[in-house]
Amino acid sequence: MEHIRTTKVEQVKLLDRFSTSNKSLTGTLYLTATHLLFIDAHQKETWILHHHIASVEKLALTTSGCPLVIQCKNFRTVHFIVPRERDCHDIYNSLLQLSKQAKYEDLYAFSYNPKQNDAERLRGWELIDLAEEYKRMGVPNSNWQLSDANRDYKICETYPRELYVPRIASKPIIVGSSKFRSKGRFPVLSYYHQSKELNAMANRAAGKGYENEDNYSNIRFQFVGIENIHVMRSSLQKLLEVNGTKGLSVNDFYSGLESSGWLRHIKAVMDAAIFLAKAIAVESASVLVHCSDGWDRTSQVCSLGSLLLDPYYRTIRGFMVLIEKDWISFGHKFSERCGHLDGDPKEVSPVFTQFLECVWHLTEQFPQAFEFNEAFLLQIHEHIHSCQFGNFIGNCQKEREELKLKEKTYSLWPFLLGDQKKYLNPLYSSQSQKSAVLEPNTVSFNFKFWRNMYHQFDRTLHPRQSVFNIIMNLNEQNKQLEKDIKDLESQIKQRKNKQTDGILSKELLNSVRPESPALKATLSLKEQALLPVNDVLRTIEGSSPADNRYSEYADEFSKAEPAVVSLEYGVARMTC
Amino acid sequence: MEFAELIKTPRVDNVVLHRPFYPAVEGTLCLTGHHLILSSRQDNTEELWLLHSNIDAIDKRFVGPLGTIIIKCKDFRIIQLDIPGMEECLNIASSIEALSTLDSITLMYPFFYRPMFEVIEDGWHSFLPEQEFELYSSAISEWRLSYVNKEFAVCPSYPPAVIVPKAIDDDVLRKVATFRHGGRFPVLSYYHKKNGMVIMRSGQPLTGTNGRRSKEDERLINATLRAGKRGYIIDTRPLNVAQQARAKGGGFEQEAHYPQWRRIHKSIERYHVLQESLIKLVESCNDQTQNMDRWLSKLEASNWLTHIKEILTTACLAAQCLDREGASILIHGTEGTDSTLQVTSLAQIILEPRSRTIRGFEALIEREWLQAGHPFQQRCAQAAYCNSKQKWESPVFLLFLDCVWQILRQFPCSFEFNENLLIMLFEHAYASPFGTFLGNNESERCKLKLQQKTMSLWSWVNRPSELSKFTNPLFEANNLVIWPSVAPQSLQLWEGIFLRWNRSSKYLDEAYEEMVNIIEYNKELQTKVNLLRRQLAELETEDGVQESP
Repeated sequence: MEHIRTTKVEQVKLLDRFSTSNKSLTGTLYLTATHLLFIDAHQKETWILHHHIASVEKLALTTSGCPLVIQCKNFRTVHFIVPRERDCHDIYNSLLQLSKQAKYEDLYAFSYNPKQNDAERLRGWELIDLAEEYKRMGVPNSNWQLSDANRDYKICETYPRELYVPRIASKPIIVGSSKFRSKGRFPVLSYYHQSKELNAMANRAAGKGYENEDNYSNIRFQFVGIENIHVMRSSLQKLLEVNGTKGLSVNDFYSGLESSGWLRHIKAVMDAAIFLAKAIAVESASVLVHCSDGWDRTSQVCSLGSLLLDPYYRTIRGFMVLIEKDWISFGHKFSERCGHLDGDPKEVSPVFTQFLECVWHLTEQFPQAFEFNEAFLLQIHEHIHSCQFGNFIGNCQKEREELKLKEKTYSLWPFLLGDQKKYLNPLYSSQSQKSAVLEPNTVSFNFKFWRNMYHQFDRTLHPRQSVFNIIMNLNEQNKQLEKDIKDLESQIKQRKNKQTDGILSKELLNSVRPESPALKATLSLKEQALLPVNDVLRTIEGSSPADNRYSEYADEFSKAEPAVVSLEYGVARMTC
Repeated sequence: MEFAELIKTPRVDNVVLHRPFYPAVEGTLCLTGHHLILSSRQDNTEELWLLHSNIDAIDKRFVGPLGTIIIKCKDFRIIQLDIPGMEECLNIASSIEALSTLDSITLMYPFFYRPMFEVIEDGWHSFLPEQEFELYSSAISEWRLSYVNKEFAVCPSYPPAVIVPKAIDDDVLRKVATFRHGGRFPVLSYYHKKNGMVIMRSGQPLTGTNGRRSKEDERLINATLRAGKRGYIIDTRPLNVAQQARAKGGGFEQEAHYPQWRRIHKSIERYHVLQESLIKLVESCNDQTQNMDRWLSKLEASNWLTHIKEILTTACLAAQCLDREGASILIHGTEGTDSTLQVTSLAQIILEPRSRTIRGFEALIEREWLQAGHPFQQRCAQAAYCNSKQKWESPVFLLFLDCVWQILRQFPCSFEFNENLLIMLFEHAYASPFGTFLGNNESERCKLKLQQKTMSLWSWVNRPSELSKFTNPLFEANNLVIWPSVAPQSLQLWEGIFLRWNRSSKYLDEAYEEMVNIIEYNKELQTKVNLLRRQLAELETEDGVQESP
């Protein structure tokens, strides 16, 4: 709390990011130990977690106050105008401090308390069990065994303790191989594909340089040009600059999208994963995947390849396992890539975001193949940056153990599973493509800008009615109706039985009073109320008279034609 | 002329048909006066029936004795026929070329088509101007139906009946017609029931270089304003284009002569600019090999989505003037038959819930496009593949449909129809067995006696069996004005049209079916629950009766 000088500022304006007429909401800004909170005049709250803040910028003083622009890692951008420069300065300095912690122990996860006891917390951490996962894949078996070579992180600090290696790989071979590979990341099993004819497997390893083909018989080499973390970082930077522009033209949007190279990178990752999946599923060949260190591009390709091959990873729980296995356990440096601590900005890179985007593209092409929906991907993305849960803190297993994360923090997965309803894909089919290997089409036109990720907080850019939500709710409603039908049928049955009995014992029942008319009335009311349930779901956001999205159409001509009119807030203002 | 003269080889065996995402089919190719038919003579194999009028361009090439004809259709599909024998191939190619470019409209298929279905409702009489005007019952005190153009003498591109201000008599209309491009005097396009404000449309005023004015024109449009009210004139051309038009006798409304009106210039492109945009877009969508940078840069360079944005923005502006400003508007460009109609019809989609129903949308097409004199015959003569570019060919109507699709995407529950209706209209505007889109205006259609000699598209569409394909299962009537977002991030490439033949839609179709199943199942369950509730209530009543002493 020592960083907080001002806890509350009134009369702060929150500008609409895309309004060219500087539309704004006025409200009060609060600064807490973990969040920045803005409450507008309609009591609508905007919460911004300090850890989500990627940058804070104080712009030059204007007549209406001091502008403060905050960009978040979940792609929220807010633009405040603080009336007094002094307050703005205080908040700015506080946020600078609060958004960049120097040590792990200051991260939110270490103070976050969801009111669970120790046993519940531990059960949460045990929810995803990688030993189980390897068993599910079918290892150990006649070819693969569990190696204890890295039990004390002696051979590779960034690998987990438990590793699966070929049976013929003795400890000296492993040690030899690790010395030959960058950071000691020798080839280990990532995914074992069980197929009828021949068992094929995908491995992972790290390189720096590449293998001399002469020394590796029976091996074919394939280079897939996925760019390094620095290229990816600046690509995303460019993308965000373009789509954050006010009054963006179609041409600027597409030329910006092109020059950012973002979709080109997404396609490259996807193509590599498809190559991997094909090699395994079609050619029954094993594949060794590596990049330079083997924790970025390798993780992307291995996990995406596994997702194409194995329908299990397309379920909610399976996807959690996949992330635990290919990303967390194999040492994707989440804390460095997400900039959890105040560290080297050159280590930050949206590698995991790209993975999520690739998965999103797959859900677009195969709408029935995934048990989870887009909200699930967005929620995971939210939490790799939030530092609210322990899963993504640290850069490798060894570091996580040292931080005692399982004792001091909570796991994200049980919370997501508890909220499962929100993340279910209503169109998921356990038959159609579920059991199949996915073969996505990667012709360029299949790749689209992921608006719901990069503009997830810019509601004015979204469709006003969501088919997805409606179907999701109908699906829920159907389950309830099925239950209602069962209840009603059993009630009717009871009634009928009672009637049969009743005829026999009519004399006895004569004294019982008939059912009150009031009770019947409630019954028929219920019947009416049932039908329009989904009305609420179909409400069109922002169609109230208060909505003034329309004013943006007019901004254009007022700019181009100053001699004419400017339509704003439904009032014509003559500017000639 | 006999079609037989044009068909040099009516039949070739062992022809192989290649289509993307389908296995090759071998069969017999037959040419008739209006169709190209490929039949494999096997059960379970779909035959290909292609209207010659759907063919936009053909390419031929030879490898030894095997000839190949590549047929490029107006619906953007590309198919390939491998024909054994050079002579047969050449004959087929030249026959197709001749049959797909018939000069005379009366030789077109609609004049020969005999429907195989029972006509429940004759579509030619489905949307009469009188009926449409009756819907504006609240407008009757200020507006009237005029038959001044009964013989198409005042304006050749207007229908016989138009809606004009009640205070203006036919003589004035005749005078105004001489002051407006193509005789297109201002007429009512839309009446906003909420506040009585209107959209009118017309051709450009013929002011010329010396600033000619027409008192009658000023009287006419001022008659639509309520006391003390101002109106807006939306000129779909940029100011400099409107100024240049004066040199050719056209022009725009001078502020001095129309003091109660504020003029706003927008810039909606026309003619070959749009045609070139379409050609570039389709070419790019057909290229399966280009890398990401090339795809994005070609998508950008086509400018298609820029045109979409411009048209939608103008339509929103028009709707805004009416609904939020409470002001009437007059819309025109040059002729008033293209960008003007895009804006007036889209503004109605935004403002008027009825135009988002199937029936209402058909009425809108009939009123704002067919009756309003959009020259379909000229604009849709060729699509994206033809080399002989004519100035008058332009995908104006397709752009309109694309804009409707964009709004539909943003308000997926507010439309009674689905994307299929839009795709169907696009297909039929370019090649159809029905007479609806033949000719350039009502006058031409009358002369061709289309009502007597051809079948209306609406006769076919409005049959329950067809309607079910075009019905949106998510529809829930929404009486609000729907304001779409026109930000580039909110606009999308219309995949159902432009990627339709370039990728398999199997998984998307299956997902759509599943969605329909969920909705249908929900209805079933609701019915069953209600039935059971009633049953239970009855049992309870019986009990009550039995139990009462």
